[in-house]
Amino acid sequence: MAITIQDVEHIAKLARLRLTEEEKLRFQKELGKIIEYFDQLKKLNTDGVPPTTHVVPLENVLREDAVKPCLSVEEALANAPDRKGNYFRVPKVVEKEG
Amino acid sequence: MKLAELKGWELRELIKKGETGCKEAVASFLDEIKKKNKSLNSFLTLTEESALKSAEIVDKKVSQKQKLGALAGIPIAVKDNICLRGVKTTCGSHILDNFVPPYNATVVEKLKKEDAIIIGKTNLDEFAMGSSTENSYFGPSKNPHDLKKVPGGSSGGSAVAVASGLATMALGSDTGGSIRQPAALCGVVGLKPTYGTVSRYGLVAFASSLDQIGPLTKDVKDSALLFGVISGHDPNDSTSLKISSKDYLKTLDSYKTKFKVAVPKEAFGAGNEKDVEEAVKKAIKLMEKLNWSVSEVSLPYMEYAIATYYIIATAEASSNLARYDGVKYGYRSKDSSQLLELYQNTRGEGFGNEVKRRIMLGTYVLSAGYYEAYYGKGQKVRTFIKQDFDNVFKDFDIVIMPTSPTVAFGLGEKIEDPLTMYLSDIFTVSANLAGIPAISIPCGKSKAGLPIGLQILAKPLAEETIFKAAYMLEQNLKT
Amino acid sequence: MKYESIIGLEVHAQLLTDSKIFCGCSVSYGADPNSQTCPVCLGLPGVLPVLNKKAVEYAVKMVLAVGGTVAPHSIFARKNYFYPDLPKGYQISQYDQPLSTGGSVEIEIPESKAKKKIHLTRIHLEEDAGKSLHSEDNSYTNTSSNVKQKGETLVDMNRCGVPLIEIVTQPDMRSPKEATLFLNKLKQILEYLEICSGNMEEGSLRCDANVSVRPIAQTKLGTKTEVKNMNSFKAVEKALNFEMERQIGIIESGGRIIQETLLWDAEKELIAPMRSKEESHDYRYFPEPDLVVLKFHPQTISGIGGIRSEEKFGTPTITIVEKIKQSLPELPEARKTRFIKQYQIPEYDAELLTTEKKLADYYEECVKNYPNSKAVSNWVMGEVLRELKERKISVSEFKVPPKELASLLKQVDSGTLSGKMAKDVFVEMAETGLSSEKIIQEKGLVQVTDTKEIESVIESVLRENPGEVEKYRSGKERVFGFFVGEVMKKTKGKANPSVVNQILKEKLSS
Repeated sequence: MAITIQDVEHIAKLARLRLTEEEKLRFQKELGKIIEYFDQLKKLNTDGVPPTTHVVPLENVLREDAVKPCLSVEEALANAPDRKGNYFRVPKVVEKEG
Repeated sequence: MKLAELKGWELRELIKKGETGCKEAVASFLDEIKKKNKSLNSFLTLTEESALKSAEIVDKKVSQKQKLGALAGIPIAVKDNICLRGVKTTCGSHILDNFVPPYNATVVEKLKKEDAIIIGKTNLDEFAMGSSTENSYFGPSKNPHDLKKVPGGSSGGSAVAVASGLATMALGSDTGGSIRQPAALCGVVGLKPTYGTVSRYGLVAFASSLDQIGPLTKDVKDSALLFGVISGHDPNDSTSLKISSKDYLKTLDSYKTKFKVAVPKEAFGAGNEKDVEEAVKKAIKLMEKLNWSVSEVSLPYMEYAIATYYIIATAEASSNLARYDGVKYGYRSKDSSQLLELYQNTRGEGFGNEVKRRIMLGTYVLSAGYYEAYYGKGQKVRTFIKQDFDNVFKDFDIVIMPTSPTVAFGLGEKIEDPLTMYLSDIFTVSANLAGIPAISIPCGKSKAGLPIGLQILAKPLAEETIFKAAYMLEQNLKT
Repeated sequence: MKYESIIGLEVHAQLLTDSKIFCGCSVSYGADPNSQTCPVCLGLPGVLPVLNKKAVEYAVKMVLAVGGTVAPHSIFARKNYFYPDLPKGYQISQYDQPLSTGGSVEIEIPESKAKKKIHLTRIHLEEDAGKSLHSEDNSYTNTSSNVKQKGETLVDMNRCGVPLIEIVTQPDMRSPKEATLFLNKLKQILEYLEICSGNMEEGSLRCDANVSVRPIAQTKLGTKTEVKNMNSFKAVEKALNFEMERQIGIIESGGRIIQETLLWDAEKELIAPMRSKEESHDYRYFPEPDLVVLKFHPQTISGIGGIRSEEKFGTPTITIVEKIKQSLPELPEARKTRFIKQYQIPEYDAELLTTEKKLADYYEECVKNYPNSKAVSNWVMGEVLRELKERKISVSEFKVPPKELASLLKQVDSGTLSGKMAKDVFVEMAETGLSSEKIIQEKGLVQVTDTKEIESVIESVLRENPGEVEKYRSGKERVFGFFVGEVMKKTKGKANPSVVNQILKEKLSS
């Protein structure tokens, strides 16, 4: 399956990755080749085959509703690249989209 | 007596008997690291102070004749994608190069409880994505058998540490071969345990349904010893199996058993280097000599394993790595005034090539219009691959294959060709897809003197079988 | 032309657990920013979620209460998108295999008294995100490079991982009024189950709506819009009315409705598009690999036994649907019917008393101690509700326990207090939280029933007003009230009125 530059740009936007023009060209070529390799799965008939999400046969793993100690505010914010008071800080959100 | 050459179980005995002080031993390891790490680039961070402090505690316990933990005094290196409270955990990435976790991984807690000495954090391919350690932001580790060769990856730093005697044991993580392949390329023992036997809590996720932490050691006994300590149920990991930890070392006392061995025909022929194929065939001969019954079998879906693996692993990775956005921790791009820019620049600058490539792939296979064709399909083919093994293990105890089709390759040799690099994982990814345990043990060297690894796989939770078979082979391959 | 609106709701209800859905952090409201977080809900590298059992039980309670079907097999999924208050870059939710499907909630249209079923599509579990505070006033400076921009966003992660259920309805509502009726009913059920506080202002109940309009009698559906950010019951009705009118306006002027997401601005009372450019979402949902399947075996849903535990590897024992079913409290409709029958009170009373579970509990507790059920009903609907409204408090914050109200009413019956006095005492009780006895004692409020004492007061009143006595005796019986008033004045209202009446009549006719 051929990957276009527009595909690369769309995917990069979804993944929030800034790519240089050179990177876009390189990824177009590389991803195209790899996805073509993935396409070999298409020749397998998987009708009615259950998907494997987990290899472990576990179910209903639950914890009791018990409160545990939290981190201190300082610990929570210790790794923050930017903060204001006790908040994480970022540039103003202009739009919310995915 | 050279401390660096001792196995963990030997060193523990010496310390216990008081024949060497623990602090003295740890100090000598630290000295050795300082001397050699420049050329090997095995360690990213040394935890010198806390290591010496832990050693003093062990010495005190020895002198007061207190009970010693199972790993007492053994210097252990920890891959730098496993969280150690208060110590930088970088994952070999620029995006986390200043991240200090406020908590310990469950395996770290278990090591500490057994009096292990954590001496430092080891190099890896960025976020464990790679087979050569060349994808580390902090430069590649070097193979101690030939400094111009890669040590394998992604747990390259840990394999190098054990192979060169800088640490007695090490922890790695294995998503598609990241423990076994570097173990093979560096000539040490590496175990990828059954999925769910070792807690993933505190292991920075690459591909959650495939990741497992496991030991890299000098021999099978150490592997059993370390696995016994780190395995066991953890309520903090919902995928953790309800098994209690076990003294696997003890099970080796009665190791002389005969095994039914399956040799998949798909693992031999075209793609393997001649030396590798010969060494593995020699090992199979040895099994026959030990009166194990050896049969050829077929794993028909093995040829689809690489495609299936890279679809599932990259899809999960694209989501797991979304949290590195410059908001809560880690690197934040310096020139962004808008939120969208901040995200894109931070991630564009913070991630290396291979990580970006995999995030792109994973985003693509999950995106609208492609999900069914790739991710959905991959999950179904994963069922086939698992069934392949289920079928074989109905009649056989173990499956034998090479760990890697090649010995250590040259630095820079494959880095420009990602697909070729991916294809070299052909023998290791299946165990992760099926969730089964697999070990790599040394089985000779190439003509150029580079180590070759033999891989033994078994059904889920059959680590004991693996250890016994591996131990027996290890004894007989020694010559 | 007359139009009707087609409305479907997505309601998010915060479950009243002690800890978050995937970690042990407390969920209490109003804590200092970023003081209720841990590595798990902060999305630090390496952490893993573990599902809160109570959250599952509460969600199942809701499913059963609305007659939905608990899926035998449901899984969690990751919804991937970037936002500063979403620390992992994905929200753990449920997608194509939700906890439940079906179910319905019945509303009653006040004008026609007609009942109408609002059908539910699904109910699923998910985690909440954090809170972003946007400000235009402060400019953002990248601390490491001095790049500036107008406006900053501050993020508080306390709410990250708070357990929610999302309740999705079919587009069954035909007016904003019906939507609010449904929402009220839903809130009532959630409160009865004691699984959600139902407080929209605190964000523990949130609602988004899909709205379209069409001329009545047209069967084809119009283009729908999504309305978000409606933070109170009032806002829901206002916003939906606004949106309905807006859409009708566009259609009547020959325009076309664009499918978009709109935000309600409660201050300006208008609706504005959420984003300028149209960009389709691609959430890349996929099964959450860090959590395992939730299984409810068929026999447990239909009524036998519990959940089988995994034989091979062993998993912790699980929520038992049947147990939850048995633990379900009486729901509002059933309770109302029972009240009418058991307490012989009018439907109006029963309806009002059962709107809130706590109020109904209050009523019943009171009746237990004072069996005149209609008198209690009058007091609860009148005095109690008035005090709650004036003090802007809930039943659980009310200072007069039902037992105390009962004992107050007993004192009216025994003649210790007049009805008027009792009301004054009640206000005092609501204010101070003291018992009626204490207040009566402190204020010396005990009603005078001592005949001799009243007799002497009456005698002095008659003595002091010979003219009025003459009038009465000459047939002007209207002045009787004058004497009663005078007696009450002298006794500061404490004289028992029936005793006063009786003695007065005797004295005046003698």
